[in-house]
This record gives sequence, structure tokens and C-alpha cells, in this order.
Amino acid sequence: MGKHSTTQKTVSEADSGGKEAQTFAQKALARAAGCETVEVGEVVDVRPDVVLSHDNTAAIREIWQQFGLEQVVIPEKLAITLDHAVPAPTTRHAQNHAEIREFVQEQGIRHFFEVGRGICHQVLSEEALVLPGQTILGADSHTPHFGWLGAFGAGIGRSEVAALWATGELWLRVPESIRIVLEGELPKGVTAKDFALRIIGDWGADGGLYSSVEFSGSGVGALSIDSRMALANMMAEFGAKSSYIPPDGETRSYLKSALERRETREKDAGTVEDRSPGIAESQLFPDEGAMYGAIYSYNADDLEPTVSCPHTVDNVAPLSAVAGTVVQQAFIGTCTNGRLEDLAEAAEMVQGRQVAAGTRLLVIPASSLVLQEALERGYIQALVAAGAAIGTPGCGPCMGNHMGVPATGEVTISSANRNFRGRMGTTEAEIYLASSAVVAASAVAGRIADPRDIL
Amino acid sequence: MIRGRAWKYGDNVNTDVLFPGKYTYTAKGRDEIASHALEDLDPDFASNVGVGDVIVGGRNFGCGSSREQAATCLVYNGVSAVIAESFARIFYRNAINNGLLAIVCPEAAQAIQGQEYVSVDLEGRVIECASGRFAFPPLSATVQEILEAGGLVEQVKRRLASARSAS
Ligand code: SF4
Repeated sequence: MGKHSTTQKTVSEADSGGKEAQTFAQKALARAAGCETVEVGEVVDVRPDVVLSHDNTAAIREIWQQFGLEQVVIPEKLAITLDHAVPAPTTRHAQNHAEIREFVQEQGIRHFFEVGRGICHQVLSEEALVLPGQTILGADSHTPHFGWLGAFGAGIGRSEVAALWATGELWLRVPESIRIVLEGELPKGVTAKDFALRIIGDWGADGGLYSSVEFSGSGVGALSIDSRMALANMMAEFGAKSSYIPPDGETRSYLKSALERRETREKDAGTVEDRSPGIAESQLFPDEGAMYGAIYSYNADDLEPTVSCPHTVDNVAPLSAVAGTVVQQAFIGTCTNGRLEDLAEAAEMVQGRQVAAGTRLLVIPASSLVLQEALERGYIQALVAAGAAIGTPGCGPCMGNHMGVPATGEVTISSANRNFRGRMGTTEAEIYLASSAVVAASAVAGRIADPRDIL
Repeated sequence: MIRGRAWKYGDNVNTDVLFPGKYTYTAKGRDEIASHALEDLDPDFASNVGVGDVIVGGRNFGCGSSREQAATCLVYNGVSAVIAESFARIFYRNAINNGLLAIVCPEAAQAIQGQEYVSVDLEGRVIECASGRFAFPPLSATVQEILEAGGLVEQVKRRLASARSAS
């Protein structure tokens, strides 16, 4: 049994000047609010470092126009991607994109990413637009994704983004924090996605409601960068406001090469800008003895491939309990599991095999960079040879817009994050969520299958 | 004083059933947005809901996407309040920011029966239904300020205007 719940509150003792020890969320929001310290439960006006929006930017602009302002006050902080319905599936979607391009042009938004560049959370990570200890507010519920690099990321609504464009600031309540500890190294065939589904299954889809979910332990440090992104990203489905994984050497070297890549590109384009604070200097770590509403401890050895069954994410079962369920569609992609690591797992699984008759495999890389690297390493070739369909980097059918939505009565196994009834377009379809390895194994078997049985 | 019929749903009423994702980048205008409200959970809702009616939910109401239409589709249908055992945080903010009262009151959320008449006294902080009266905690000062202004956009307009007149 790997679940040990200790709803314990640790109060600080010998910290500097008798000041109470702080969680990551307290430190990050104090910084964003320009205060020395903030209390849990306190409402503060924060000035985020980055404000994210995507295909919803045109709708936000309409709200913003009610303020009668000519200029966005923080154009350099805006990051806009076209990703949710790309390439445009209908004229109305195309019109929406056209309005966004017009806004980007008129406001001189530098950090704009066109159709095909990829999903907002992946792209902003690859571009190192958010650094450790910074705050990003996004008109997207998976903004806790940026916990992977030790940043404070929270989702907000469209009106709130419009308010930020107009004033640069927004109120936030300083959340309580939950600590989740993972010790050990994940067994072969078990991934960060399985860990996330286990957490959500154990404590419910509202188990992290309103909280900053702060990870620690050797098992988290042992995760690859791609896996850390999957874990932090999934905390949105736990109800979390934000998530946090302590930055380490791997985080810094990922961000360093990302910054270099961006610098080279901007130099070529003659648009180099001032660099934000150094990566190491901006990091924040929770204090020893900070207060947590709950501490959940897991041992990596106790984890196993886990599947979320229709129609809620916390309806989880061990893979063995649902193995054999016939699937018509297998989908690998999204901001949760559409990265290089996922494509590598999938390519390994299908190598020398074929997607089962009666099943289709859809693979949508999370970004153009992922696609490029997957091509260089031969993953895409292996997937295509096995019969997979490859889509344009972006959200694909994740939210039921287009490009791989299921027919009524069909069963999809997906590497995404949500399986709400109707999520992929029709209420008459079933969605199972799992790691990319399980999705790929299922594509080959034509039914939900264990990757460890196939390899 | 708010008074209306209760439309009762269960736990984890998510944003996809409140307002399906496939419409989020194309639906425009109050009528079109209103027409898709709760389409995938209760197809009868949008055509039968009355002005002032109240939605009652269980735990984690509004979980899922950040889409603001999950709240505005209710506002555009005349819904006056949502009473739930708990709310997902982005939905809660979206509701308040659009002037839709969101009240956390587990006792009332459990006691209220679907289609019965419910009244909400905001000042007295009491919800009343056939089976009794239930008190709810005060809203935070920030939330009250937004509601009083008539939503976030109105509040920001006021702030901008007072900054302009001060400079
Ligand atoms: S991939 Fe899915 S969950 Fe992620 S941002 Fe896109 S629509 Fe949202």
C-alpha cells in the first residue's frame, strides 16, 4: 500500500527572525504582489510575469474593448498561441484566428505563435517564456502546467485576462498548500501519468481543490522534464490552483538551452530583447517546516499502470481491471502527453507491428519542435509505418473541436487529461485516459492492453 | 431578495456539460451562448429555465475548463445564483466576475429539491426552501466589491475612470 495520508500541519520553528516558514505559493505570490510576505487566505493584487491566451484571444479582445483603451498596458508580457482549433476547421474558426492576428499586429505582440507551432503550455515551456519563481496567469485551465519548472501558474477567465491587459494586475487569494512526496524510482512501464491518475483516484477530482500542490522527494527529482510536465499539468484535474516541482540542474539546463534557441532565432530576426532575471537567481523553494494542509506520501514501487474510466477522471482502475476493453480509437497527444518521450514510447511499442484492424491510432505532437525531433529520431516514421495518422501540432480532438472526434458509441483510449461525458464532441462516446505507452499498446492490440505484455 | 425555481444537479458538474467545448470559439452573442447551456446534461434546461431561477449543485461545481461561457450561459438565461457544496475555483471566479452569485452552502445544496422554489436573502445570508432555512458565510470583501460593481468589467471601468480623474 503506497498511500499514507497524514493530514499533519507542520509549524515552523527556528526560521530567520522567528518568521513563519513559507510555502512555495506564499513566496511566489508575495513576489508577484511586491510584498515581503503574504498569509494563506489573504487576497493580494498580483502583477504576473506572463499572461497567456490562445484561440480565446479574440473573445478577450471584445471584452477588453469595453474599456476604451488604445493600448494593452503590458504587451511584452502577453503570450498568444493558436492551438485549440488548428488548422481552422471551419470558416468561423478561421475568422476567429484572423481577428487574433489583427490584434497581435495592432498591439505589437512579440510572443505570438502561429498555427502549427503547438499547444500553449508546451510552446511557452520550449520558449522559456516563464522562469522559475515567476507567475503566469492564463486563460486556460491547465496553466498549473508551469509548476514543472517551479513557477506559479494558475488558470483564469477571459474577463480576467481582459482586466490584466487593461491594468496589469489581478486579485488572487493565497491558497493553502498540499505536499505530495514521491520516493524511489518508477518501475518500467509506469509513468508520471500513472502517478497523477493514482493521486486523483485516491483523493478525488476535488482532492486538491483550491490548493497549491507542492511536490517533493527523490522520485520527483528522478522524473524526466517531459514527465514533470505531465505530472504538473494533470494537477488541474485534481482541482489545484497551481502546482510546484522544485527546480534542479535538469530544469536549469532545459531552460538554458531553450533560452539560447530563442536568442539565436531572435538575433537572426533582429529582435533580441533584454533577458529576464537569471534562471538560478529567480528560483524559489518552500521553507523547511512550511505549513501544509495535508501531506501525502507515495512509494514509486507501489505504483502501477493506471487508467481513468468514463466519465470522470477520478474513476480510476488498475490497468489489469479494464484490459481487454475493445477500442475504436487510440489518441496520443495533448498538453499532458504529446511530448517527445510519449512519442518515443509509442514508437517503441509499434515498431515492427501494425495497428489492429478495427482500431485507428491518431498521433498529434504537442509542438512543432516535438514533431521535428520525433522525425529526426525516426519515431514518426515508425508510427506511420504501423498505420498511425499524424496531425498538426495543437490540441487536436482533445476538446471535441475537430481532427479525430469519435462517432457515437465509439470507445477512445487517450493520453489526454479529461474524459468528461461529451468532452470529445459527443455524449455517446466513452473515453479512457492512460499513459501514451498504454494507448500505443492498446492501438496494437485493438483493446486496452498492458505495454509490458507486448514488449 | 432572490426567488426562483431550483434546477438541481449532482457532484462534479463540469464545464463541458455546462457549455460544450465545440462551441467555445465560435458561439457569439447572448442568445447563441444561452441556447447551449447545460446542453449535454439537461437538454430541457435552456428552453424551460425562468428568469431568477437558481442552479443547485453538489461538490466541485464547474470543474474543468476555464471557459467563461460556463458561467455566462447561465447569466444569459436569467439564472440568479448557483448554490453548491463546493466550486471549482475558475468557475467561481467567472461566476462572480459576471455578476452571478455563487454561494457555498453544503446544507442547503443537499436539502433543496429539484424544481421547488428557493429564496436567497443576500444581506441576511440565508437560503430558504421547503425543508428549512440555511445560513451561509459572508462573501469576501473583494467578491462583494465585484458584485456590487456589477461584475469585473464594470469594476475595472470604475477603477480606470478614477485613475484618469486622479491624474
Ligand atoms: S491539449 Fe486539451 S487540455 Fe491541453 S490546452 Fe489543449 S484543449 Fe486544453
